[in-house]
Amino acid sequence: MEYFVQQLINGLTLGSIYGLIAIGYTMVYGIIGMINFAHGDVFMIGAFIALAMFLILTTVFGFAFLPVVLLIVLIVAMIFTSAWGWTVERLAYRPLRGSFRLAPLITAIGMSIVLQNFVQITQGARVKPLPPQIQGGITLMEGGPNGIAVQLSYMQIIIILTTVALMAGFTLLITRTPLGRAQRACEQDRKMAALLGINVDRTISLTFVMGAALAAVAGLMFVLLYGVIDFYIGFLAGVKAFTAAVLGGIGSLPGAMLGGLLIGLIEVFWSGYFSVEYKDVAAFSILAIVLIFLPSGLLGQPEVEKV
Amino acid sequence: MAMNGSNKVVAAQQNDPNSFAASIKDAATAAFLVGVLGFFFIGVRTDIAPGGLDLKMRWGAWIVSILVVFAGRLLLNLFVFKTDSPITRKLAGSVPGNGRLSEVGKWFMRALFAFALILPFFFMSFFPGKDRQFIDLAILIMTYIMLGWGLNIVVGLAGLLDLGYVAFYAVGAYSFALLAQYLDIGFWFALPLAGILAACWGIVLGFPVLRLRGDYLAIVTLAFGEIIRVVLLNWYEFTNGPDGISGIPKPTFFGLELKRGEGGFADFFGIAYDPIQRFVFLYYIIFILALITNFVTMRLRRLPIGRAWEALREDEIACRSLGINTRNTKLTAFSIGAMFGGFAGSFFATRQGFISPESFTFLESAIILAIVVLGGLGSQVGVVIASIVMIGGIEMLRNLGFLQQIFGSGFDPVQYRMLIFGLAMVLIMVWKPRGLISTREPSVALKEKKRIGADMVAQGEGH
Repeated sequence: MEYFVQQLINGLTLGSIYGLIAIGYTMVYGIIGMINFAHGDVFMIGAFIALAMFLILTTVFGFAFLPVVLLIVLIVAMIFTSAWGWTVERLAYRPLRGSFRLAPLITAIGMSIVLQNFVQITQGARVKPLPPQIQGGITLMEGGPNGIAVQLSYMQIIIILTTVALMAGFTLLITRTPLGRAQRACEQDRKMAALLGINVDRTISLTFVMGAALAAVAGLMFVLLYGVIDFYIGFLAGVKAFTAAVLGGIGSLPGAMLGGLLIGLIEVFWSGYFSVEYKDVAAFSILAIVLIFLPSGLLGQPEVEKV
Repeated sequence: MAMNGSNKVVAAQQNDPNSFAASIKDAATAAFLVGVLGFFFIGVRTDIAPGGLDLKMRWGAWIVSILVVFAGRLLLNLFVFKTDSPITRKLAGSVPGNGRLSEVGKWFMRALFAFALILPFFFMSFFPGKDRQFIDLAILIMTYIMLGWGLNIVVGLAGLLDLGYVAFYAVGAYSFALLAQYLDIGFWFALPLAGILAACWGIVLGFPVLRLRGDYLAIVTLAFGEIIRVVLLNWYEFTNGPDGISGIPKPTFFGLELKRGEGGFADFFGIAYDPIQRFVFLYYIIFILALITNFVTMRLRRLPIGRAWEALREDEIACRSLGINTRNTKLTAFSIGAMFGGFAGSFFATRQGFISPESFTFLESAIILAIVVLGGLGSQVGVVIASIVMIGGIEMLRNLGFLQQIFGSGFDPVQYRMLIFGLAMVLIMVWKPRGLISTREPSVALKEKKRIGADMVAQGEGH
């Protein structure tokens, strides 16, 4: 029982990170109907920026008060990663708007290769370890005869709370603001939205910027939670987050979050009860099974095919 | 009034997108962006140091990168993007027009084929010191050409977007390696078996995805490719896991091994032994395998099944209405494409003598797909050109040792390979979204075959 609860908490934490990345996939897919293959690498970029900024603040400027440091790191990482997201869209996707469907997919894969290798060259191929910064936690259940105590660490609390806050803010942004309205309009009918005076290119750019900002948050959380990053983390995290987006129903924001949590739980329980080696196989199999049997996902709208 | 008029002229000059000021402004924007993007990557470097991470500032590299981008963008603006007479147009004028291009292209193809036929002897006689290296590169390019042609059946003809093609390459390689290890089977006997096994896997993996199309199909095939790799990596008892399989036997020439001494190829024919003979032999094996792939594809296009593939690519619903069995059509495309992947895989295993799951990552799939798409989907020549440009061009970086004298000894051009590969993928796609060869010849025509623009063909929509 204790083991189960502990795994549940770990799964929810991991799932929050996947959910934040998944939002980027689902929004881009919703608005321009393409898989932004480089999004996982934008998440990796965000993690590197967060790590570098953290080191700059703590070693160069000597800040020691952790909450302020983390807040500054969060904001800086979001801004700079957004710039990356914007640039990727501007360079690789905008020139191909209206081209045939495979073209942006190829440039997306190309961009993914570029980002990975750029980081590998400039930051080196070795992993970057960061010692745990936030320690301690609340003991929820004392260890029984088995000796396993259920721990809810402060780190996990911060991650889950931040995710909830961001989700709430994001839902407000999409449902209540003119920008959100423009996004939903572009999602439904891009040509009609343009005719009604919406700057479609700008809206799409902002979608990429928002996705990248959330990916940066996920990147910072990943750095703090795992403490180890390298240039290759984007690929697996990207595929799993995409799985989450598909599982929840692509194009749906709550779906992305739900899918992220489910994927996180499945991965953690799979490694906890079956085998750690095949945890990626579990995620990939779920992706295949969901797409084959439930292509519209849990919360998505089924696609109507027009002849 | 006169004042007003001159004001207008000034305003026009200020707003003229081709003015020098606009070029400067644009270049400055680009440089600023690079400064922002590069700050945490070029300007800062984190490294593992005793007691945690060490931070190093690299202001020099950061400023240089900004200046380089500013200058480069400015030059591009002045001569290409923001000028009334771009250089590129002048260059384009020197290339013959479209009508004559097909004639030129035909001769170019023949010349290329003739060169490929004599390639090993060409290098042996003209570059005696470096022949081994060049023939090895030619083998590599030829392998990618074959893989590209194999994938072209799936993506180019049947329009099924497959991002996990490397799975079949891996199946072929591991089939041969394991058959040789456990049953002691030689290359020539294992080659068809590897092909058949890969084709079976094509059907097994193709069956569940019959209902999917487009991006979803791409992502599921990617997942399958990764599943196969992870299984190969973790099934330690059978595949030896990450350590891979070594000691894979070399191919024989009608039972003669290409080795030194008694009973070898050289001994049998009474010629002097030279290690280059093995490379020449390998080159001709992959050359013939690739030609078979091409020949089979060209013939299949004229058979009902090939026409069904192309019909499927254009419109699946119309296809079904006309009574074509789309399930069988898709599965044959998957399995035949996979079979050629399997052949190439067992060739790869015998050439390397060692395989491990490392060689079959998603990146490999991406490279093969990039070759097919950049060459122009469905175009056989396009695959050849794209392979030569992308693989050959990238490998050429190994020869740029002189750059070290300019940038210092720490500069290693090889580590920029994949970065340049990715950039080339993006740039070629933006420049020519339909691939380098952007005309297609229809397989079936009423009276005469005319070349049509590639945008008339539904490609990779993945129906």
